[in-house]
Amino acid sequence: MSHFLDRLTFFRKNVGEFSNGHGIVTNENRGWEEGYRARWQHDKVVRSTHGVNCTGSCSWKIHVKGGIVTWETQQTDYPRTRPDMPNHEPRGCSRGASYSWYLYSGNRLKYPMIRKRLLRLWREARETKSPVEAWKSIAQDPEKSRDYKSRRGLGGFVRASWDEATEIVAAANAHTIKQYGPDRIAGFSPIPAMSMVSYAAGTRYLSLLGGTCMSFYDWYCDLPPSSPQTWGEQTDVPESADWYNSSFLILWGSNVPQTRTPDAHFYTEVRYKGAKSVVVTPDYSEASKFADLWLSPKQGTDAALAMAMGHVIMREFHLDRHSDYFQDYCRKYTDMPMLVQLKEKDGVYVSDRLLRASDFEDGLGQENNAEWKTVAYDRKSGAMVVPRGSIGFRWGDPGKWNLEDKDAEGRDIELRLTSLYDKDDVAQVAFPYFGNRKHDYFTGTDHPDTLVRNVPVTRVELADGTEVLAATVFDLFAGNYGVDRGLGGENVAESYDDDVPYTPAWQERITGVPRDHAITVARAFAENADKTQGKSMVIVGAGLNHWYHMDMIYRGIINMLVMCGCVGQSGGGWSHYVGQEKLRPQTGWTNLAFALDWARPPRHMNSTSYWYAHTDQWRYEKLPVSEILSPTAPEGDWTDYSLIDFNVRAERMGWLPSAPQLDRNPLHIAGEAEKAGKEVPDYLAEKLKAGDINFACEDPDNPVNWPRNLFVWRSNLLGSSGKGHEYFLKHLLGTQHGVQGKDLGETGEQKPKEVAWHDEAPEGKLDLLVTLDFRMSTTCLYSDVVLPTATWYEKNDLNTSDMHPFIHPLSAAVDPVWESRTDWDIYKSIARKFSEIAPEVLGVEKDTVLVPILHDSPGELAQAMDVKEWKKGEVDPIPGKTMPAIKVIERDYPNVYKRFTALGPLMEQAGNGGKGIAWDTKEEVDYLRRLNGTVVEEGPTKGLARIETDIGACEVVMSLAPETNGEVAVKSWESLGKQTGRDHTHLAVPREDDKIRYRDIQAQPRKIISSPIWSGLESEKVSYSASYTNVHELIPWRTLSGRQQLYQDHAWMRAFGEQLCVYRPPIDTKSIKAHLDNEVESNGNPQIALNFITPHQKWGIHSTYTDNLLMLTLSRGGPIVWISERDAQKAGIEDNDWIEAYNANGALTARAVVSQRVKEGMALMYHAQEKIVNVPGSEITGTRGGIHNSVTRTVVKPTHMIGGYAQQSYGFNYYGTVGSNRDEFIVVRKMKVVDWLDDPESPTLVQDGQQAAE
Amino acid sequence: MGDYINTLLFGYYPYICLAVFFLGSLIRFDREQFTWRSGSSQLLRRKQLRWGSNLFHIGVIIVFFGHLFGLLVPVAVYDFFGIGHTFKQIMAMTVGGIAGVAALVGATMLIHRRLGDPRIRRTSSFGDIAVLLLLYAQLVLGLLTIPISAGHLDGQMMVTFMTWAQGIWTFQPGVADLVAGVHWIFKLHLFLGLTVFLVFPFTRLVHIWSVPVWYFGRRGYQIVRTRNHRRTA
Repeated sequence: MSHFLDRLTFFRKNVGEFSNGHGIVTNENRGWEEGYRARWQHDKVVRSTHGVNCTGSCSWKIHVKGGIVTWETQQTDYPRTRPDMPNHEPRGCSRGASYSWYLYSGNRLKYPMIRKRLLRLWREARETKSPVEAWKSIAQDPEKSRDYKSRRGLGGFVRASWDEATEIVAAANAHTIKQYGPDRIAGFSPIPAMSMVSYAAGTRYLSLLGGTCMSFYDWYCDLPPSSPQTWGEQTDVPESADWYNSSFLILWGSNVPQTRTPDAHFYTEVRYKGAKSVVVTPDYSEASKFADLWLSPKQGTDAALAMAMGHVIMREFHLDRHSDYFQDYCRKYTDMPMLVQLKEKDGVYVSDRLLRASDFEDGLGQENNAEWKTVAYDRKSGAMVVPRGSIGFRWGDPGKWNLEDKDAEGRDIELRLTSLYDKDDVAQVAFPYFGNRKHDYFTGTDHPDTLVRNVPVTRVELADGTEVLAATVFDLFAGNYGVDRGLGGENVAESYDDDVPYTPAWQERITGVPRDHAITVARAFAENADKTQGKSMVIVGAGLNHWYHMDMIYRGIINMLVMCGCVGQSGGGWSHYVGQEKLRPQTGWTNLAFALDWARPPRHMNSTSYWYAHTDQWRYEKLPVSEILSPTAPEGDWTDYSLIDFNVRAERMGWLPSAPQLDRNPLHIAGEAEKAGKEVPDYLAEKLKAGDINFACEDPDNPVNWPRNLFVWRSNLLGSSGKGHEYFLKHLLGTQHGVQGKDLGETGEQKPKEVAWHDEAPEGKLDLLVTLDFRMSTTCLYSDVVLPTATWYEKNDLNTSDMHPFIHPLSAAVDPVWESRTDWDIYKSIARKFSEIAPEVLGVEKDTVLVPILHDSPGELAQAMDVKEWKKGEVDPIPGKTMPAIKVIERDYPNVYKRFTALGPLMEQAGNGGKGIAWDTKEEVDYLRRLNGTVVEEGPTKGLARIETDIGACEVVMSLAPETNGEVAVKSWESLGKQTGRDHTHLAVPREDDKIRYRDIQAQPRKIISSPIWSGLESEKVSYSASYTNVHELIPWRTLSGRQQLYQDHAWMRAFGEQLCVYRPPIDTKSIKAHLDNEVESNGNPQIALNFITPHQKWGIHSTYTDNLLMLTLSRGGPIVWISERDAQKAGIEDNDWIEAYNANGALTARAVVSQRVKEGMALMYHAQEKIVNVPGSEITGTRGGIHNSVTRTVVKPTHMIGGYAQQSYGFNYYGTVGSNRDEFIVVRKMKVVDWLDDPESPTLVQDGQQAAE
Repeated sequence: MGDYINTLLFGYYPYICLAVFFLGSLIRFDREQFTWRSGSSQLLRRKQLRWGSNLFHIGVIIVFFGHLFGLLVPVAVYDFFGIGHTFKQIMAMTVGGIAGVAALVGATMLIHRRLGDPRIRRTSSFGDIAVLLLLYAQLVLGLLTIPISAGHLDGQMMVTFMTWAQGIWTFQPGVADLVAGVHWIFKLHLFLGLTVFLVFPFTRLVHIWSVPVWYFGRRGYQIVRTRNHRRTA
């Protein structure tokens, strides 16, 4: 009753003793204990997860007490695995466990916020003007727009009402559409799998407008272009449980315990089971301690190590001793038996393209797509045959697209892997060598530019009567490894100790890994695969894939896996783990997300090319094509072009998408065509050819081609993924920046040929940046309008991952706090406002959309033989064939809101599908009408299924997708069966009646249903493993040959010497030359040059949690850069000193972590440490230190721009340029004056010798 | 008018202060258990605490008990033991002076720390800073009384204060008149001293009530609390 009165019992308190008086028994008030009990009491537990792109996708219990989210704990109720396998649970980590801190923290966004200067202008304009007119008066006045643009990133937000905020956004959108065209509005949001409906909300709105949806996987550089090249698949990987089925695991540049924390237990468990493990990382990472053998190659040279291991495997398992399993696998599942034509160049031969049926007389009997059918020699008939499965069979040859050992006519065949034993001749074939190129910080060798080696060949007579030499891919492949096949000649190794590329001795000089380690690992890896039929696995990740020549590193490893028959086998294969890519119910979701129920196709854009052009990073390009071109390149004017020229050419040829698309408003073109009395495609092709209309990409600095409005949601573009951060600030946003370098105009270097050059670079292209977030991130600080969104505990959504086979929800444990709203509701309210005010300037409009040639569509058979440009007059512009396809779409702007909230009629009319498989979906649409109810209001959507709420949207996704609706799964397998001529429905029939609904997954995560959209199976017999159905169901890979494509024969691949895997050293970005030992910039402290490596971090998931007090407390509480002890010594840096890292791109400030972990010559900065916490000013730039991307710049690679060519055709997030960043170098020095550019209470710190002790 | 103010400050004000002190402490202890704390900032910064805090606390404790005994023990007790007034006064001046200086040095360091360290300053409440400044002023005033006292070592003044203090405790009428004529520094010292009691329940000073003195004489190292006690909700 009274704490005080209770204290008055002092003398009566002790009522007993025990243990000789060492213990006493008291009788006193214990009410205070209730405080501790109440601490862990709660009113309810709700299932949710963290939509943070970490692949963990862990299900959590969210505890709610008195309407407040109090804490979270891990769910443990995942469906069980099979007997003899560990279960998935528990899943979770310290980062997820700290999430609830955000909900009520000071960082939480609570109200719509608008940049004060903009709001002042807006209110002033609105007093006299209508909304769109008001926006126009601001956006078109250079002084007014500079007024607010120049303050971006410098604070100055004021609260606004939802009504006012959505009105500004809608008015800006409407004006932009009217003035420039809808494709000048873009949206960036990544990783739909982490919260599918939230992603879809924004892209649905954008797609209804005709806006541009930006890709992310390629921009993040998580897309491994080697995967589409080899498998025709964006990325498909085993779930983490499949690690347990492996018996030899190489972790190569992947830090599993740190970056796959909830999955790491499978790795630990399989080691108890007896699996061997090798870890390959330059630094002593957290994964290294798991290793039986730790290899530490110099960063960026992994391809050399992989090639040397491949050399050993080729030598010992394919040549000296034939492993039957390996040989059969390679014959059946790879392009190794296919024939490649050789062409003479400078007295030797260079491997050209794969021979096609069309090269032979009568096309070897093939009438359909003969140009797209590869050819091999059949041992049974002793003749050239056209084996089934190549991409020519995929379109127009129903029932023949499969991997059965049959030719086109159905005869049994046995393909010949090598012509060594019945060769017609031996040809001297030149293989390009890049390892001799000079690099200041990477060791090269002095071997010649081309390595000429003897390769067994066959003489082949072509249709035109000429006789050519052809070699099998296997023979070229073996030749490429430099193994001696008894044919003599130069550049082949008899022993592993020979200094010939690619022997183990050769790699030792480059990587620093002892040759016997490389040999041992290769041998053990292959031997294990031979004995277990492919249960050797390599786990790879961003550590390898973020290099400019990532394809070479990956293909080196893929070669090892394919040679050993590991791909497509349970417990084996390529396990590439990066972002949370696996959007399992993808084919249900795309309809919702891109409004395919209303209009097809949507506008998609590959972000890397987009940012490269629009943030003007191309103006600073320092990598001439000559530095990466192959000495064996086909004749041509390759070096006349710069990197952006290749991109422009790719866009014009329909290889890559464009955004904006044309140098004029796409809403005007249909009208002009009508006036001219022509069909739109004909009209536009004509005008383009005549040069009356041009692609916007040819002049990105022209104001009519600028991106004008940008939405960012579920993303921290400017605080995390924005490579070339300072260029974003300078050119896109027009605010304070730290760019140090000069552009090509200022330095007088070679300027692009295909792109117009303006001496004055534009600054502040973007009129409006709108960001949705739940916290004040770096991106929010640079935005004009910031909209407060619901956290992951306040909304209903869906979540899936690569790492486990479940689909499970985010659900609202509490309503969105303060004035925040879910992403779905935010875009709904913007759509509503837009529909209200758009009629001022917009009605029903005809929008002309350009679509690149798409993978998994019949169009992918576009440009079979050669690269021909209509712009140069080499060929006519034929939409969909030699240039992008042209579609006209009707936009109903006044009805955007109504369309947004109803499932449109195209689902019933055009059906559903994905990855080249199509099916009718009327039943599901009808089901959704009953489930969600129909629209009863009069108007264009009356009678359609409603999509009002986020749960309603979830049901749309799950009802339409085969992975969550068994009936659809069976339908989709049936559809695929028509193409392959085989019955696959047995894979889904047992779950035909399963319909997974939102409330089901709220009760418990559910295993997805096997579908042909993915190459793995989820069953009671196997764990999910990529390419499993290709190997076990004989479904071809979606590549040119229909098999794993190890030989890349496109002209541009050949030009850059990447037909086969070669070692390519990192590129020279030339960004430190002007700054190293620069007297003017000196602060008196010594400088060192270090390779800048940005791995994923320990105390955050990307930038999330890096501003979370709990995680800041566990770490050093602000940005840090790790450097080695030796480098620290050289630069006079002690642990915890403030240091600065800078180069031509900008500067960042951080504390130094001096550690033995790090290899000499590299600096390691965990990526995406927010610059809003504990970042002082930079001595170099005079402004606040940047994020890790302040010292990077995007450099694009021409081979990633290839399109219109089977697996190398564009797909959203599937193929395209990638934003690599690890080849970058920085100058590091200790800071002299640490100035917080802050209030006077935080004094300037002068760092002397003593400083580190403080 | 002067009389009125004198009576208000030294006749009634003491009762207000003491009433607030006792009742306020009691209510806060009963109702706001979680706020009953010393509010230490040691986690934020240890520097200056070892000297500053110890000097301050030791000094203040000596000064506090010096005042308590000095003022409240009846004169008769001293007379009984034959302790002379002069001796007692010199004793009080010496011990109080040394302890006062120690406390003052400590308080100076604490103030410097509290206002100078940005983190501590930001995390300090108004009360934290105010109570420190209040005690500082009181210490300065207390030390300033020493030279005045040195001017008349007969102990008469001291006895006057004892009589006043004991008069307050025993509800004697008109005790305020006793101190009407003393030096203004004494008056200010008295007033501030009473004010410390007034603000006591609203500040971190409440931790004084909970000095863990029982810890010294505790029996038993393992304590088992029975379940017999009536549980309070």
